[in-house]
Amino acid sequence: MAQTVIDTANHIAAIATKAARVQVIAAYPITPQTSIVERIAELVESGELDAEYIRVESEHSAMAACIGAAAGGVRTFTATASHGLVLMHEALHWAAGSRLPIVMPVVNRALGPGWNIWADTTDSMSQRDTGWIQFYCADNQEVFDTIIQAYKLCENEQVLLPAMICLEAFILSHTYMPVEIPDQEKIDDFLPPYKPGWFLDVNNPLSHGNIVSPDWYMEFRYMMQEAMENAKRLIPEIDKEYGKYFGFEHGGLIEKYKCEDADLILLTMGTIGSEAKISVENLRKEGLKVGTARVRVFRPFPREEIRKLAENKQMFSIIDRGISFGMEGFLAEEIKASLCNQKDRPLIAGFIAGLGGRDVTFKTIEKIAEKSSEWMRAGRVEKETVWVDLKE
Amino acid sequence: MTVSIKELSKEEYLLKGHIACAGCGPAIALRLLFKALGNKLILVVPACCSSVIPGPYPYTSFAVPVQNMLFEATGATASGVVAALRRRGVKDVTVVGWAGDGGTFDIGIQALSGAAERGTDFIYICYDNEAYGNTGIQRSGATPYGAWTTTTPTGKKERKKDMAFIIAAHRIPYVATACPSYPMDFIKKLRKAKEIKGTKFIHILAPCTTAWRYDTSKTVEIGRLAVQTGMWALFEIEYGKFKLNPPSSQLIDKAKRKPVNAYLTSQGRFRKLTEDDIKKIQKWVDEDWERYHKLASNSASDFGLYGKI
Amino acid sequence: MSTIPSTRKEMPITTLSSPTVGVGKTGFWRTFRPVVDFSKCTRCTLCWIYCPDAAIARQEDDSPKIDYDYCKGCGICANECPVKAIAMQREGE
Repeated sequence: MAQTVIDTANHIAAIATKAARVQVIAAYPITPQTSIVERIAELVESGELDAEYIRVESEHSAMAACIGAAAGGVRTFTATASHGLVLMHEALHWAAGSRLPIVMPVVNRALGPGWNIWADTTDSMSQRDTGWIQFYCADNQEVFDTIIQAYKLCENEQVLLPAMICLEAFILSHTYMPVEIPDQEKIDDFLPPYKPGWFLDVNNPLSHGNIVSPDWYMEFRYMMQEAMENAKRLIPEIDKEYGKYFGFEHGGLIEKYKCEDADLILLTMGTIGSEAKISVENLRKEGLKVGTARVRVFRPFPREEIRKLAENKQMFSIIDRGISFGMEGFLAEEIKASLCNQKDRPLIAGFIAGLGGRDVTFKTIEKIAEKSSEWMRAGRVEKETVWVDLKE
Repeated sequence: MTVSIKELSKEEYLLKGHIACAGCGPAIALRLLFKALGNKLILVVPACCSSVIPGPYPYTSFAVPVQNMLFEATGATASGVVAALRRRGVKDVTVVGWAGDGGTFDIGIQALSGAAERGTDFIYICYDNEAYGNTGIQRSGATPYGAWTTTTPTGKKERKKDMAFIIAAHRIPYVATACPSYPMDFIKKLRKAKEIKGTKFIHILAPCTTAWRYDTSKTVEIGRLAVQTGMWALFEIEYGKFKLNPPSSQLIDKAKRKPVNAYLTSQGRFRKLTEDDIKKIQKWVDEDWERYHKLASNSASDFGLYGKI
Repeated sequence: MSTIPSTRKEMPITTLSSPTVGVGKTGFWRTFRPVVDFSKCTRCTLCWIYCPDAAIARQEDDSPKIDYDYCKGCGICANECPVKAIAMQREGE
């Protein structure tokens, strides 16, 4: 029987590992991910979740243990945030290159110095080159659903890449929301048992990962890019299928809200996307033809969807909760790259907001929209990147 | 459990044509690993000489499943593989971490320590050629005092870490030292380790002609000299109980040990040692052996870390 | 034991390598080759166990058979032979 629980995204992520029948979990604590691994420990020790729980001694080892377990042929999971994620950077590359479908919630938290435990996407954004699929969630239901969808996606033989499920520190990780947990039988129907793309087998002894020369390396990398393209095609399909099974869908690659007749589109990610819906309602009451699009999947980047969205739009205002120093906001950069060859492009402005957990409310977003519509009327963007609410 | 050489299988799982240096000590040790345990093994191999020795994709010279892995991650990866095998109900496969000294003493020590503390059920073998061999002979925490390496061109100024005792302090059920110059001792230890549940650590001295600067034909002889001079001791620490193995068990009497000079002059890497250095090294070896003597002779005590098991 | 993939489609999805004899033509590395005097050989099999390259096979009667395609000429077998039945001869002589 499906049941509704009221719980934090972290606890929901833990419940998802049980629903997904994960076999091996590597656990290392870091604020604000800690309650994920704590809840999983309770589930394992009470017998509710029949899995191996490896209490590793660092995040790098957490990912190494997941690689070992996935190479050993079972469904694996770990979770991390911020410095933990960047500590395992090397291992992220190895996991993706090994084509192992590991799924990992990342609680988006700022990077130091100084120690900042609040919401910021620079941690996962700075890992966008690693070959990991990246989802960004806007609410706890989406966290649950996306974890299940991600296993199905990643284990598809046309994909076989690992995936991060990103959720913002405290805004989701520690906020209680109602979530419907589907019936386990239906989940088992939707998500079949794991069939590895390859695994370590004494009956078929192969070496994985030994030296590879320039003669072969490029082709292996090309195959990873192909897998990303396949994922781009499969993600909306799987989201729709999930919707049919369980009644919840999250927009596939991009969740659009009132974009069809809009002149100005506010492009967002994560919970800023849900706030933006409220802003859109308020702004429309004042006569502004504005819509909002929440980019749910950052890798593979939905270039084609962005191009379609840009058709007949006057302006894109992009809100980033992170910055790539020396360039601009990650989302802004990639949207511009997607549109650079288009004949007719909207005006594009980038906004950096909410770094290190600074609040981004619907009012903040309305201010962004008002500034944007000024520029839209003037026909030019005055400042390429604006840091919102910055002290003078 | 005495086995003679002739009772060992003729099957080879280290296939000829591998590209280790001529006279490679670790290669002998790897062959002995397969002779001891057969091929129902999964090796976890971090970045080390053994990442290169098997040759490049699409081929390999290792005829068992191998997970080549990040340099520092052997222990953690093995924990993952062991967990997966347990979930899949695979019972008769041994997971073996096969790592160099760099990946054990230095960059890999954390993951090894973590795996040992968790009691991961696998055998970790450190084949110690006392330098970062793969990258062209740089010093590691295993490089002995006075040895030349490319990053210690006038000789290392620090002493070698005592890895066996560091790992024994993790209270794992089995720690042993070995050397491929004593093949049956090594094989016996591997077979014993396989039957024990928990983390097993075997530290082997693997002479390396490239790093130690000696003629390729002398690899086995130099390993023997290491033991005969007491620079390398063959022992086991089983559930905290320390025991010297032959021939080391006969070398407690200093008179029976060859002077360290015999070992040091056999290798080019010690060419720059002064008389003072050699005296120092001899003193340290003698001190180590006094410690071994105390531990070995006090059969009622354990290593002091276990209490009663 | 394995064929080299000739197209990308034949490649595995990641670097999975098959056990193969003769990855390197290591016989060409030699400057000296070991030669066994079978009249002296006592069939102790020490040369077999100490060869780092598995290039010595143990025959039915326990005598050594050296595979010169892969022997690197390191000389360990000659050095370890207790009765000095193996001599290292310069290649080409």
